Amino acid sequence: MYGALWRALPGPWWVRVIILTVLVAAVAAALVFWVFPWVDQFISGQEVTVE
Amino acid sequence: MSDGPEAAPSDPAPAGERRARRKAERRDHGRKRRVSVIGVIGELLITAGVVVLFFISWQLWISELIVGHEQQAQAQELNQEWNEQIRDTPAPSPDPSETPEPEEPADTTPPPVQVAPANAVKFAALVVPRWGADYYRTIAEGVGTADVLDKGKLGHYPTTQMPGAVGNFAIAAHRMGHGGSLHYIDELQLGDHIYVETAAGWYQYSFRNLEYVRPTGIGVLDPVPQDPSATPAERYITLTSCNPEHTSNERIIAYGVYDRFYPRDASAPNFGAPDEIAATVSAKA
Repeated sequence: MYGALWRALPGPWWVRVIILTVLVAAVAAALVFWVFPWVDQFISGQEVTVE
Repeated sequence: MSDGPEAAPSDPAPAGERRARRKAERRDHGRKRRVSVIGVIGELLITAGVVVLFFISWQLWISELIVGHEQQAQAQELNQEWNEQIRDTPAPSPDPSETPEPEEPADTTPPPVQVAPANAVKFAALVVPRWGADYYRTIAEGVGTADVLDKGKLGHYPTTQMPGAVGNFAIAAHRMGHGGSLHYIDELQLGDHIYVETAAGWYQYSFRNLEYVRPTGIGVLDPVPQDPSATPAERYITLTSCNPEHTSNERIIAYGVYDRFYPRDASAPNFGAPDEIAATVSAKA
């Protein structure tokens, strides 16, 4: 899968590394800003109040 | 007789060739298909593992940075709104003869007390110098998980008093994750100042002690904490969070007592903010 992705990318190896870095950063940002906060609602977190 | 020995050694050669050919074929085959089902499953599993680890580190550390920053920005925004309010409509001072001096405790005049806002509306900000100059968080009404606490805000227990009122101003926040607004609650030391900022100004409390209670220990919310029958004469602040970190087995409670009030004043430097926290509250968003 990742091998195929590597071969599908154009350019010399360092261009591919740059493209991959950008891709990984984009995926990480999407996870942090949208996916994780959404998933987090369904995972019961700590309770901090007394009741 | 001569056929036999010749035929025997000639046998392994084709077999070896066949094996080599098969190996080469398999290699070609693999190269042609490039992606095998097992390989994809394996790579997906590894990816899932990495994402889960990333999620955990997000919960524990990354979100604290991000939400902490958001909270700081929101508090600065509130501060600027309040500053503009006071600049545009200079409220008549209740006692114009008294000018607050930094050294003079204003114990004698009771501080203003706001009316509690609607649920989840932010009405105050918290500044604690012990937790760093960039510690600046908002306080909202109510202790709802989704609408207040998980957003990184501190939540005001609606059954308790408002800042400056005689009795107990009790707030809750997360210890880890979701901004971790009370992450370092256990590092408070006797006499550390805890400032609650509202539109009217800054209420200065001094930290007194920590307490550890069961999650059902609602006595910490009493007007005189842990003494339900007492009539309050002092103004307390109570911070509640979870203990130990990461878990919810116990609650850690920090108590403070009210010292004095710094009114917001458009003519004073930093709008009258105490010097100790001037850098925190006058930083631009």
